[in-house]
Amino acid sequence: MEDMKEIIRTYVVNEYVEDDTEVSFDTPLISGGIVDSFSMVSLKRFLENKYKISIPDDKATPEAFDSVNKICALVNEFTK
Amino acid sequence: MTNIISYDERIKNFDWSISEKELDYQPGNDINIGWYCSDRICKLGKADKPALIWEGSSGQEKRYTYNDLRLTSNGVGQFLRDLGIKPEDRVCLFMDKIPELYIGFLGVLKIGAIVQPLFSAFGDESLIVRLENAQTTAVITQRKHAPKVRKILDKMPYLKHIIIVDPDPAKPLGEREVAFDMDNAPKPENFVIFPTKAESPSVLHYTSGTTGQPKGVKHVHYSLISQYLTAKWVLDLQDSDIYWCTADPGWVTGTSYGIIGAFSNGVTQCVMDAGFSADNWYKFIEKHRITMWYSAPTAIRSLMKAGDEVIKKYDLSCLRHLASVGEPLNSEAVIWSEKVFGKAFLDTYWQTETGSIMISNYPGMKIKPGSMGKPFPGITATVIDADTFEPFGVPGKIGLIAIKPGWPSMMRTYWRNEETYKKKFKNGWYLPGDRSSIDPEGYFWFVGRDDDVINTGGHLVSPFEVESALLEHPAVAESAVVSKPDFVNMEVVKAFVTLKPGFEPSKDLDLEIMNFVRKKLSPLAMPQEIEFIETLPKTRSGKIMRRILHAKEWGEEIGDTSTLEND
Repeated sequence: MEDMKEIIRTYVVNEYVEDDTEVSFDTPLISGGIVDSFSMVSLKRFLENKYKISIPDDKATPEAFDSVNKICALVNEFTK
Repeated sequence: MTNIISYDERIKNFDWSISEKELDYQPGNDINIGWYCSDRICKLGKADKPALIWEGSSGQEKRYTYNDLRLTSNGVGQFLRDLGIKPEDRVCLFMDKIPELYIGFLGVLKIGAIVQPLFSAFGDESLIVRLENAQTTAVITQRKHAPKVRKILDKMPYLKHIIIVDPDPAKPLGEREVAFDMDNAPKPENFVIFPTKAESPSVLHYTSGTTGQPKGVKHVHYSLISQYLTAKWVLDLQDSDIYWCTADPGWVTGTSYGIIGAFSNGVTQCVMDAGFSADNWYKFIEKHRITMWYSAPTAIRSLMKAGDEVIKKYDLSCLRHLASVGEPLNSEAVIWSEKVFGKAFLDTYWQTETGSIMISNYPGMKIKPGSMGKPFPGITATVIDADTFEPFGVPGKIGLIAIKPGWPSMMRTYWRNEETYKKKFKNGWYLPGDRSSIDPEGYFWFVGRDDDVINTGGHLVSPFEVESALLEHPAVAESAVVSKPDFVNMEVVKAFVTLKPGFEPSKDLDLEIMNFVRKKLSPLAMPQEIEFIETLPKTRSGKIMRRILHAKEWGEEIGDTSTLEND
């Protein structure tokens, strides 16, 4: 679980953060403006590729993607 | 009582001098949008009225009265003038929706310079073509976006100043960079505003077309006459209103109605600089007691998707008037808003080039859900035949939307591209590039674009720009970009790609290409889907037949394929 959190956090920082903004596991990603709704599609694709899952569109909501912790909970729903 | 009172009465004997008189403007006088949006409101006795209430993503709040707006924009103007910025120099605003963007806009105009707002999510490639075309002198930005500017600095000989509004005191500034702390900068009481006239350039907004590079749409200070009155009659802005325009001033709605229309009418407006979430939006409306809400179909459909239950958690009874812009508002969204908010979102139709609302639904006028409404008083709009450019004259026929030129906020040209500008006019009509029909009661019904430009979430994306970016990826041999239907955004970008020898389609390559385009152009331009194919459909002369791919995505008839290469 910790591994997954760190992998996702690192991916978010590398792909979506342009300055030195710090991203914790609870940092709001969507409502905080770090990841916009269009970019969410690429984040979803990353999770699906990495964890070999398929996240239905109705589960890929801004709320479910709003922090690394929430994303991990979502991914775990589909990897069990 | 609504401001427009009666649409049918207003269209009789309409003259733009109505707006001029309300603004105490006489032809030949000075007219400066920066002054009209701040100093004039203070002169009307509203200096202490809240003008801007800003909320950041972590809930921090800043408030500015009209007097603050006046003095702080004077401070911006003074700073730019001291830096050597001259009238008609282009000053780019490359920021999130922070107060510096709204007040900086007025400050740039006050010294007679031209504001060039650019969407802060643009990547370096999008930035470079727009700054290069405008030969921009200065960019005002935040430290989070400065790296994108630094990256292209070598290619920008005209760019003299990068103004950072939130520098990190622990880090030295880079080449050509200067710090500016807007809130704490000197605020001159007696600032000499540059005496711009009606035809003095004001705003340069960039918009995408099917081919070629983005076009810089040049507006002038006289656009205020349209923007003030349409904001008053369509958005029905009244003295007691708390207004929320959700658009980003990187795009035209965010400037015409998120700055000019709002402040010239002297209303209090709220701005939320945070990403979308249904809870946050409703919370914002409830907290600030928003009365007038101007939003976009994409946002409305996202709220629909979030469900009705979340609405019940909030008291939204403050809302009295709702309107929408950016793309056609489907009838389901209109009906839904009536059900959950007790008010229908009124659709408004216009574009970057028109500068203000052209066709709209109005307070008090019968609403036909799904219709664009009727032309604003003073606007002559019709539907014309695509071959003869003559109006049909009979209802129900689908043709090109055509507008008689001459309204105050009409663009004056495309920056350094007069040839393309002239092509927008046929037979004495301005053609926005959209198709519609008109019903027997005079209501317009949107059908679609007349070109390949993709309207995603209300923003235009050029397939040419995306294809060009795709070709820069080492694995991509050829590409064709079309729109595909999407519930929330109406359309999204889809790319068909052939690969160079040695590359194989894979999910990782798919993601890599998506991210490549996102960083180069913008998240809007990132293909939401990439389909790897062996060959692209082409004519015998080698031209990619985008329309075949488009028809496939939309489940439409493919049409004539007689020129198809491998048919």
